[in-house]
Amino acid sequence: MINKVIGVSGNMVSVEFTGEASMNEVCYIITGGKKLKSEVIRIKGNVADVQVFEMTTGIGVGETVEFTGELLSVQLGPGLLGQVYDGLQNPLPKLAAECGFFLDRGVYLSALDETKVWKFTPSVEAGAKVEAGEQIGFVREGIFNHWIMVPFHLDGVLTVKRIVAAGDYTIKDIVAEVEDEKGDLHPLTMVFNWPVKRAIKSYAERLKPSETLITKLRIIDTFIPVAKGGTYCIPGPFGAGKTVLQQVTSRNAEVDVVIVAACGERAGEVVETLKEFPELIDPKTGRSLMERTIIICNTSSMPVAAREASVYTAVTMAEYYRQMGLNVLLLADSTSRWAQAMREMSGRLEEIPGEEAFPAYLESLIAGFYERAGIVRLKSGAIGSVTIGGTVSPAGGNFEEPVTQATLKVVGAFHGLSRQRSDARKYPAIHPLESWSKYKGIIDEQKTDYGRSILFKGDEVDQMMKVVGEEGTSLDDYIIYLKSDFLDFVYIQQNSFDPVDNAVEPERQQYTYDIIMDILTAKLNFASKEEARSWFNKVRQNFLDYNGKKWKSDEFNKLEITISQLLADKKIGVEADAEFLG
Amino acid sequence: MQKVYSKIESISGNVITVTAAGVRYKELAVVGTRYGSSLAEVIRLKRDEVALQVFNGGRGVSTGDEVRFLGEPMKVSFSDNLLGRIFDGSGRPRDGGPELTDSMIEIGGPSVNPAKRIIPRRMVRTGIPMIDLFNTLVESQKLPIFSVSGEPYNELLARIALQAEVDLIILGGMGLKYDDYLFFKETLEKGGVLSRTVFFVHTASDPVVESLLVPDIALAVAENFAIHGKRVLVLLTDMTNFADAMKEIAITMEQVPSNRGYPGDLYTQLASRYEKAVDFDGSGSITILGVTTMPGDDVTHPVPDNTGYITEGQFYLRNGRIEPFGSLSRLKQQVNGDTRPDHRAMMDGMIKLYAAYKESLEKKSMGFKMSTWDEKLLTYGDMFEREMMDLSVNIPLESALDKGWEILASCFEPEETGLKSELIAEYWLNKV
Ligand SMILES: Nc1ncnc2c1ncn2[C@@H]1O[C@H](COP(=O)(O)OP(=O)(O)O)[C@@H](O)[C@H]1O
Ligand SMILES: [Mg+2]
Repeated sequence: MINKVIGVSGNMVSVEFTGEASMNEVCYIITGGKKLKSEVIRIKGNVADVQVFEMTTGIGVGETVEFTGELLSVQLGPGLLGQVYDGLQNPLPKLAAECGFFLDRGVYLSALDETKVWKFTPSVEAGAKVEAGEQIGFVREGIFNHWIMVPFHLDGVLTVKRIVAAGDYTIKDIVAEVEDEKGDLHPLTMVFNWPVKRAIKSYAERLKPSETLITKLRIIDTFIPVAKGGTYCIPGPFGAGKTVLQQVTSRNAEVDVVIVAACGERAGEVVETLKEFPELIDPKTGRSLMERTIIICNTSSMPVAAREASVYTAVTMAEYYRQMGLNVLLLADSTSRWAQAMREMSGRLEEIPGEEAFPAYLESLIAGFYERAGIVRLKSGAIGSVTIGGTVSPAGGNFEEPVTQATLKVVGAFHGLSRQRSDARKYPAIHPLESWSKYKGIIDEQKTDYGRSILFKGDEVDQMMKVVGEEGTSLDDYIIYLKSDFLDFVYIQQNSFDPVDNAVEPERQQYTYDIIMDILTAKLNFASKEEARSWFNKVRQNFLDYNGKKWKSDEFNKLEITISQLLADKKIGVEADAEFLG
Repeated sequence: MQKVYSKIESISGNVITVTAAGVRYKELAVVGTRYGSSLAEVIRLKRDEVALQVFNGGRGVSTGDEVRFLGEPMKVSFSDNLLGRIFDGSGRPRDGGPELTDSMIEIGGPSVNPAKRIIPRRMVRTGIPMIDLFNTLVESQKLPIFSVSGEPYNELLARIALQAEVDLIILGGMGLKYDDYLFFKETLEKGGVLSRTVFFVHTASDPVVESLLVPDIALAVAENFAIHGKRVLVLLTDMTNFADAMKEIAITMEQVPSNRGYPGDLYTQLASRYEKAVDFDGSGSITILGVTTMPGDDVTHPVPDNTGYITEGQFYLRNGRIEPFGSLSRLKQQVNGDTRPDHRAMMDGMIKLYAAYKESLEKKSMGFKMSTWDEKLLTYGDMFEREMMDLSVNIPLESALDKGWEILASCFEPEETGLKSELIAEYWLNKV
């Protein structure tokens, strides 16, 4: 088989081949003594257009191309946790040890440590019947039992012919042998490959996401929650706080495994996670955060084709850990860069462009990606989930653009960031009125609806004041405005850089929200707007200090008493519209 | 062996095609025309049809001109001999000095392994409160000045460059006005740093496409100095001209534009330059300060918009002042935790109040009666603009913070500021 380069345009190379080629097959372009990994993205007659996962400088017409017959895949096995990979699952720290400062092209290393010894414990015996995705044993990986499973691509019911005794093995060692229905034998190691663009479906049933995924951000858990197995998106103009939001979520979210997909954005931001996580201790497990984290990093100056692959690499690993009955959170920043990578390739392929030159199939690819989230009952009965949160970086900050719109159609929650709020340093700058969620939060809906109605009315009064001025506004309306401003300032806004305020347990959220409800529902007695304003300032000041105090500490309790005394001074009853709350 | 071809098949804009064999992608060629020779770079291969962009432009190129392939991509000389020298956009001497050909390095090389980067830690002090206090600049940051043309962005750039404690400065000019070029030269000379500065200057009168090489050349040189332990500051002005040159080529190549004529890979192209900013683990650093002029003062224009998504913040220069809104340093939190305990709180607190001031100002302009609170905000806003925002203010961070407390105390009651009680107890000044 002789395959030759016949054209180069950017990161796309056209290859004339003899024999067979398949879509998404991996091939290598041989140039300057190096082999550059590529993926077939279009076949027309005997010409395959391939996207090259490396810089294409120096490639010449006539150079040889090797086809592998394999689809673009990742290695799945113990040892993924704590790793930092590029979009093609190259371990970056190892690459640095080998190549130094720069990402030399054509260097591909094994994703998993092949010499590391794991303590394997079998969980089935010879003669057992198993199916794809079922456990045959486990090893201890950090804080989890990492299931060693029947590879997902094996069909039907398989019979375990042989399984090793408990003991020390590397991922290269054969630990079992299974026979399929046709009588073919398959030796199994602790590791196997899976093509990244195909969802893993070795489970019994998909369930409806219903349990809140705690992020410890008040505005999210209380008003616009995320569910385990659900999806959500964070669109926002540059600088509004998408990345910071994902960073704090990756730290604080109550899940088993977090996969950070840094897709086409700044390298520096990944470095923060990369260097800080090993030092940060997860209060729940007492272990470093890095032990529950995988970073997939294909930042903006790394080759664009690998950026396209990186989100699939990330979601495949997420599905893999889900198969062990774990709750996995995948955070992708930014899905727009992934969409742009597709746009660049589509342009090179000279496909008929859709809106803003994005390919016409953009929507279905976005839908397909989020569709890989979900909560499932595994064949063993265990429950596992993949939750996906993606940021969107709309051109010009305008949400009426193809990527935001396609995403909004498929996700379960929308956390829209507002330039106005970030300008005014109201962080997290999620717009409390425009954002929405289909999932259930941690606070009774009647109460959150009431809070939301105060925000809504407060906003109306604010708008009105811009037309009629403060003097044209009634005292009652003005109080609503102050209440809404208060709720915003002390509850919706949250200081991510404050050691206490940055992460608030659900218990504390429920507790403080009740205090806030007392204030929001109270009929308050003020003689003038000036008096009202100054009272709210005082309460706000105390609440701000209160938010910064350790839960149930002396200072916390003291401030709480001050706040309730301030309220008692001015409260003369309950607002009529809140009586139903009891 | 260098291959020479003497038949140009097509000429369109700044792109020519020739029929040639054995040519490599991104290889350099020299096109000899009646008006002198120009460098050209291979931008597409299609069987034996080779498309090249001609850096001196397509004007005057004739079908009979000679194209000589050099067999390698663009390179630039790297050594200490560069210091104090001035080159044009293609790296040729502009100062009458000798051409440099020793230790040639490739430009536009691979990106840094994120695992070899470190978290930036060193604050760059500028004496400008809108930067030091509110949007602290950090060594290895990539940060452009956003502004409309006519604003003193080059002055600001030069001022920061002189204040910054770096080992050397590399100026990359794209479409630079000759006057501005002279301004930089004089200012850096007066500041006594010319001998540790390298200029790569493409001026407004040079062919547009030639500006395409400037960032890559400047950054390749910077990168090599940084690997050798130097702390390098790269000034790039004006990146909008660079983007416009890319647009021109894309249109000639009949690429489908994504937004207002700009190619779909604008983000990737800009990012691959800005991402060269780095703090190397165990070695030097590159800080990039750029200028992005905004056509029509429109921050949603594709160039500033894509830039904002790439860089680590931006200084929004307007009416001769750095605007608090729109300006951002994304790295500030890496350093402002260790300056003074009140730094972070003041940084956000004062801007929150300034945002409230803007609302009162709007109400006032609509003729509404001002409440006592509005009046306080108006006084505050006025003082803030005069004593913090004005670019003539040149004081260290600590004095700026003190000044901030002074302004707050003269305008507000403590609990009106939204600052925590602990800080107020420590820093609030008694009114006199
Ligand atoms: N929750 C927050 N608290 C405090 N500052 C924030 C917060 N979110 C964002 N910021 C500020 O805004 C900057 C930009 O945020 P970032 O998340 O990087 O924006 P985006 O990803 O939307 O472009 C940060 O560097 C930080 O200075
Ligand atoms: Mg971001």
